[in-house]
Amino acid sequence: MDIVDETRDPLMIAERWMGEGREVAIATVVETWGSAPRPTGSHLVIDGDGNFHGSVSGGCVEGAVVSEAAEIIREGEPRMLEFGVADETAWQVGLSCGGRIRVYVERLG
Amino acid sequence: MDPHLLKKLNVERNARRAALLLTDLGDGRDRLLAPGDEVAGALGEAIERSFRSGKSMSVEVDGRSYFLNVHLPPARLVIIGAVHISQALVPMARIAGFDLKVIDPRTAFATPERFDGVELLAEWPEDVLAQSPLDSFTALAAVTHDPKIDDYALQAALEAGCFYVGALGSRKTHAKRVERLRERGLSEEDIGRIASPIGLDIGAANPEEIAVAVLAQIIAALRQRPMVSA
Repeated sequence: MDIVDETRDPLMIAERWMGEGREVAIATVVETWGSAPRPTGSHLVIDGDGNFHGSVSGGCVEGAVVSEAAEIIREGEPRMLEFGVADETAWQVGLSCGGRIRVYVERLG
Repeated sequence: MDPHLLKKLNVERNARRAALLLTDLGDGRDRLLAPGDEVAGALGEAIERSFRSGKSMSVEVDGRSYFLNVHLPPARLVIIGAVHISQALVPMARIAGFDLKVIDPRTAFATPERFDGVELLAEWPEDVLAQSPLDSFTALAAVTHDPKIDDYALQAALEAGCFYVGALGSRKTHAKRVERLRERGLSEEDIGRIASPIGLDIGAANPEEIAVAVLAQIIAALRQRPMVSA
């Protein structure tokens, strides 16, 4: 019996997508400051069509990560993204909780 | 991420083995490590810390940035005995996030009606544990009072390095149990790891309160455990 829930676990889903021939990017929370919604090590996985599973925040910055992932899948170079409440405009792609996170996004393969 | 490493990592996770994915954030290269794998210097120390704490972390070593993503198996609780205490312990442990398994060969006790929605095995511990062995991320609580059922499971738990091993019974009962376990060839050190009387001493007076005491003792053992070994 499998221990990991295949239907919800981002790394299991990434492996399945890869097996189906889809292009995949993996985003990982590598650092957090203050009150961050998801702990270090949390994953969001994204395919070439923008489908995604998992989370790197409470839903605040996933949209921005997904659109960056499209470029990373195309170009192949990993990127480090940083999100926080920097100014008033940050609400759109920032963390309403006041924390700050760094997210590493890389292509699978 | 290397697709082969992702596959290997998922195999390790599904097999309930601890693993750590080490990524060099400068060039994107990654490595998969198991507890005890030799890595020199400050990086090796950080890896050991990560395995021990279960916390993933970023570290800077010699001007390079690394990310250590540690994957520890979810803690499991195996309860030997489908008794009244277990009926209270199961729902509480489930809320606390444990994977649960209840084993009792006595079919009158091990009924789905008494244990709804939990993995319940009306078989001998010998048979169940041969199929799915215990490991260091598992706690075992033996609460049947019956040596024929409890003793083998306790021995298996101690030999597998379960992070918690508890046994129900008075001091007198436990003294006799210690004798039997000695005869089975267990060391004094191993036998000394058994929590008995079971549970934190909170003056628990009924099965529900004993379940609270046992769960608290298991959580204490989980969160204060030393370096894990595979």
